[in-house]
Amino acid sequence: MHNPHLDLNTVVVDMRNITKKFGEFTANDGIQLTVHKGEIHAILGENGAGKSTLMNQLYGMYPPTSGEIYIKGQKIHMDSPKKAISAGIGMVHQHFMLVQPFTVTQNIVLGMEPQKGIMLDMATARKNVEAISKKYGLAVDPDAKIEDISVGMQQRVEILKALYRGAEILILDEPTASLTPQEISELIDIMHSLTADGKSIILITHKLKEIKASADYCTIIRMGKYINTVEVDKVSEDDLASMMVGRNVNFKVDKQEQEPGNVVLDVKDLHAVDYRGVEILRGLNLQVRKGQILGLAGIDGNGQTELVECITGLRKATKGSITVNGTDIFNKPPRYGFEHGVSSIPADRQKHGLVLEFSVADNMVLQNFAEDKYSSRGIRKMDAVNSFTQEAIEKFDIRPRDCLNKPAGTLSGGNQQKVIIAREVTNDKDLLIAVNPTRGLDVGAIEYVHKYIVEQRNKGKAVLLVSFELDEIISLSDEIDVIFDGRINGSLPGKDADENTLGLWMAGGKADE
Amino acid sequence: MNKVEKFLNSKFLVTLFSILLGFVVGALFLLPMGISPVEAYAKLFDGVFGSVRNMAYSVVYATPLIFTGLAVAFSFRTGVFNIGAEGQFVMGSMAACVVGILVPAPSIILVPLCFLAALAVGAAWGLIVAFLKVKWGINEVLSMIMFNWIAFYLSNYIADLPMIHNEGNAEATKNVQDAARILFPKAWLDALCPASNWGIVLAVLAVILVYVIIEKTTLGYQLKAVGFNRSAAEYGGISVNKSIYIAMAISGALAGMGGAIQLLGMGSRISIFTAQESFGFQGISVALIGASNPIGVFFAGLFYGALKYGGSKLNLIGAPSEVINIIMGTVVFFIAISHVFRFVKKRKNNKKGEA
Amino acid sequence: MDLIVNNLGIIIYATLLFTPPLLFAAMGSCFSELSGVVNIGIEGMMTIGAFVGAATGHYTGNPWLSFICGGLAGMLFGALHALATVKLNADQTISGTAINFLAPGVAVLMAKALFNSSDTAPLDSSSKIPTLFADAFTGGSVWDNFMKNVFSTYATTYLVFVVLVIVWFVFYKTRYGLRLRACGEHPETCDTLGINVIRMRFSAVCISGFLAGLGGACVTMATMNQFRPTSIVGQGFIAIAAVIFGKFRPQGAMIACLLFGMCSGIRVVVGSNAMVSAQLISMIPYVVTVVVLILFVGKAHVPSANGKPYVKAK
Repeated sequence: MHNPHLDLNTVVVDMRNITKKFGEFTANDGIQLTVHKGEIHAILGENGAGKSTLMNQLYGMYPPTSGEIYIKGQKIHMDSPKKAISAGIGMVHQHFMLVQPFTVTQNIVLGMEPQKGIMLDMATARKNVEAISKKYGLAVDPDAKIEDISVGMQQRVEILKALYRGAEILILDEPTASLTPQEISELIDIMHSLTADGKSIILITHKLKEIKASADYCTIIRMGKYINTVEVDKVSEDDLASMMVGRNVNFKVDKQEQEPGNVVLDVKDLHAVDYRGVEILRGLNLQVRKGQILGLAGIDGNGQTELVECITGLRKATKGSITVNGTDIFNKPPRYGFEHGVSSIPADRQKHGLVLEFSVADNMVLQNFAEDKYSSRGIRKMDAVNSFTQEAIEKFDIRPRDCLNKPAGTLSGGNQQKVIIAREVTNDKDLLIAVNPTRGLDVGAIEYVHKYIVEQRNKGKAVLLVSFELDEIISLSDEIDVIFDGRINGSLPGKDADENTLGLWMAGGKADE
Repeated sequence: MNKVEKFLNSKFLVTLFSILLGFVVGALFLLPMGISPVEAYAKLFDGVFGSVRNMAYSVVYATPLIFTGLAVAFSFRTGVFNIGAEGQFVMGSMAACVVGILVPAPSIILVPLCFLAALAVGAAWGLIVAFLKVKWGINEVLSMIMFNWIAFYLSNYIADLPMIHNEGNAEATKNVQDAARILFPKAWLDALCPASNWGIVLAVLAVILVYVIIEKTTLGYQLKAVGFNRSAAEYGGISVNKSIYIAMAISGALAGMGGAIQLLGMGSRISIFTAQESFGFQGISVALIGASNPIGVFFAGLFYGALKYGGSKLNLIGAPSEVINIIMGTVVFFIAISHVFRFVKKRKNNKKGEA
Repeated sequence: MDLIVNNLGIIIYATLLFTPPLLFAAMGSCFSELSGVVNIGIEGMMTIGAFVGAATGHYTGNPWLSFICGGLAGMLFGALHALATVKLNADQTISGTAINFLAPGVAVLMAKALFNSSDTAPLDSSSKIPTLFADAFTGGSVWDNFMKNVFSTYATTYLVFVVLVIVWFVFYKTRYGLRLRACGEHPETCDTLGINVIRMRFSAVCISGFLAGLGGACVTMATMNQFRPTSIVGQGFIAIAAVIFGKFRPQGAMIACLLFGMCSGIRVVVGSNAMVSAQLISMIPYVVTVVVLILFVGKAHVPSANGKPYVKAK
């Protein structure tokens, strides 16, 4: 694949020797970046490597501690997004920067609103939005509210926002995080049509496949340091991976074949409504057996969250049945499910998994603080809680080692996840539900989490793995179910899985087509 | 060195510093009025520490504030902002008053009965708000403000009822029976002040009780979990709604208890209000100055009570007692921005480190 | 029949008398809350506005100048709240609580310094806010009396509705309003679009104080004719309640304020008949609010970033 629009004679972005310190912490340490007109330039690095920090400086969110930024040959002291915008830079943040109750049009023009006298001129705004969306083939409904449109649509709005500001250089921060394989390839098409129009794109990602599929050049950053810039066509995925991590990595998970046992979790004809009262689960059936990892693949918003909430007792279903080891836990409170064999690693560890203000020790007993082991007559036995936690800290390698009485919020993301895993694994329940268990973790932590999930399965637990990362599902699961529109749209054994089939099912294609 | 730094950044020192600034700002207001701040503060100091009697009065003034302060602090720790302590205080006070006037019983039964009534009514006043929040999702700050006023007028209405209204005095209820009073024995009163009462002992017990609940019990764990992170608590199997009820009931009961102590210890009757007495609102400051820590609240309550009593003496030298409000407001204001002091210190330390 | 018409006239008059202070303050609250800053200091800002309005009125005899001064006094404390919450990221509730001690403390202290009493000297009618159309109706017939009652209200009553329209226009039809609301919902977004969140919020909280100050001045320069320590007590909190009740929209807050104002009006009329306890009647607006909330309103959409300091990485 060669990009015919790449103009190597015109440098549009030149970041020289960028260093950024936050207090004692050095997030970027002498980083170089050169981007040409019409180029798609990937920036690769693990979570926390300093990719977003680098881009936030290019976008003027905060100035570099030292180093220089040249845009189209001109040195710019980039100290506000306003400057970046006027220099032709646009950024699509990983967490969308959209005002939920505002309309698409309002979001796009915000900060550059057309005016008629002292009044906002929304008619012109709307016309402009329509024109630009037509020009780049990015169809949106200008009057829809952001809270009512899909994630893919919201991403389009973000791109349009940048284009509306006349961006020549587009920064896309982890743009594919919640898209289907098909949507991803659509996005790549959009990127190519933008470069054909003379735009340059900086793509921040840790997904090697996407880099191979779209980028011309790739700059690798590791722990804040510049590692290399390579021509993508000339390197393999493995090369990229080892440059990113700094050692050879094995993405394959070691897993022995194992015959699954009896059904542990049995979900039948489950119906439930989401927070708006719209039916989101429409007769879902699913079974997980002893010693089996069932991977539930699907795009965010097809009912995964609600399914897990129903099983863990956080949401009331409208119809159906849920049993664990034959015990009916349908519409029972969370504690009941917990007592009858349900444990879970929640999707949002900071929202559901941990009380960040509580110490690590207090977090370790979130479900069983009131059990006899940890309390008597309503008074807590802190000695028991502490010694149990200290044991877990050693066994699960939670760092820093003296974190027993430190607030969980002071731990790194990976260590927070370890606290949750330590808690859920030591709870020793028959069913383990893991929702996006590796989201936002670096490669080392991902390996760690995968190891424990497989270990639980080997021990004969039933594991329900819900993940938006298709790679994760494919490499871990014994059996894969695909959820679409509140039902299981197809299933196949893990060893037979291929991305295209799963992607098709995830997008609503039928299994027998 | 580390210990010194820790002390410099401790809440205690920040609070002391804020109090100092409060007095400085108070002085800035007194000066242009031609009042010597030195003289005024000397008077204030004398009003608090000048005699055993003054000190005893300060304690009497502080007692109800310790209770409302505890009520607010407890609510802060459990994730609700009990701006409704005012109403719970008023209702608790009125409940104790009605029982104290109407129920013919010896002291040993009557006093506990008065407290029980105050606790129950204060808790109920908190529970109504919790119920509205849980059942219909009604903003608790809004409904607490409403229920403060409902309590205010309801108290006035009850005070006006023939059964308890004082015939001779158009503006207040009858006095509660002597058997309902909680004054110290006569000999102690002579040594201390005529209003010294058992309330302060109850306050100490309440501080200990609240401390134990928050720090040592599974109930406290559960309420704190809900306060910090509702979703995680729910995920951990804690019933969020039940926790909100319990937290509001305890908070309301504490405020109600404060009302009863003010009545049975000090007031002995309830006047028809023209304006809110603000024990509840003052409790918010007490909780903030005490950093929502029960022991901190105890001392913050004593501080505020002392200023309130000492401040009433300021009029003697022609200084307006409102300077107390300015001092308190300034203290709270500086506590609100106290992290800035710490930040400044940290930066300085960094610079040292670099040099 | 005549009695009903007459009483109706008085109720409308009283409603129009009691609504403006609340509505000014409620609009102030809207400004602050929509920008993402919780402002329970409205109460204190009203109080200082009430004092400064009455005091300047006494000394200058110029009602409108004094009215504006009341607003500026509120704005001063608004700026203090903004400094703490917007610039220094203080806890917004704590700062607001501090304002509620400071501002009334300063007001009464200054009253004592200037007037040797906690009350200001009463304003004569030329220093008060004028009534615009009081002389347009001479009274006499029942209807004429009715009209005279209704139109004997003060100029601030007309003004408050004009300001309401302006505020609505600013919120929903101007660039400033769009950006202000965006700051209350998603300040990071505003930052990425080159909108200065700190400046937006600072201005909003200052305007909030100004409007609350005007509300306070309405009380002491129109409804009454002097400042007393009890002039405001609680009205600021009712204004905040009105805003929550009105789902953070000025037009919604208006309905709530009129409701409170009307209940006060009914109290004036019925209270004089003494058939029912005046205390119970006084309770009505608060009970009605709760009932209305239960029946119709329920959960309101609170601006997403409300109460959260916006801390930018540096």
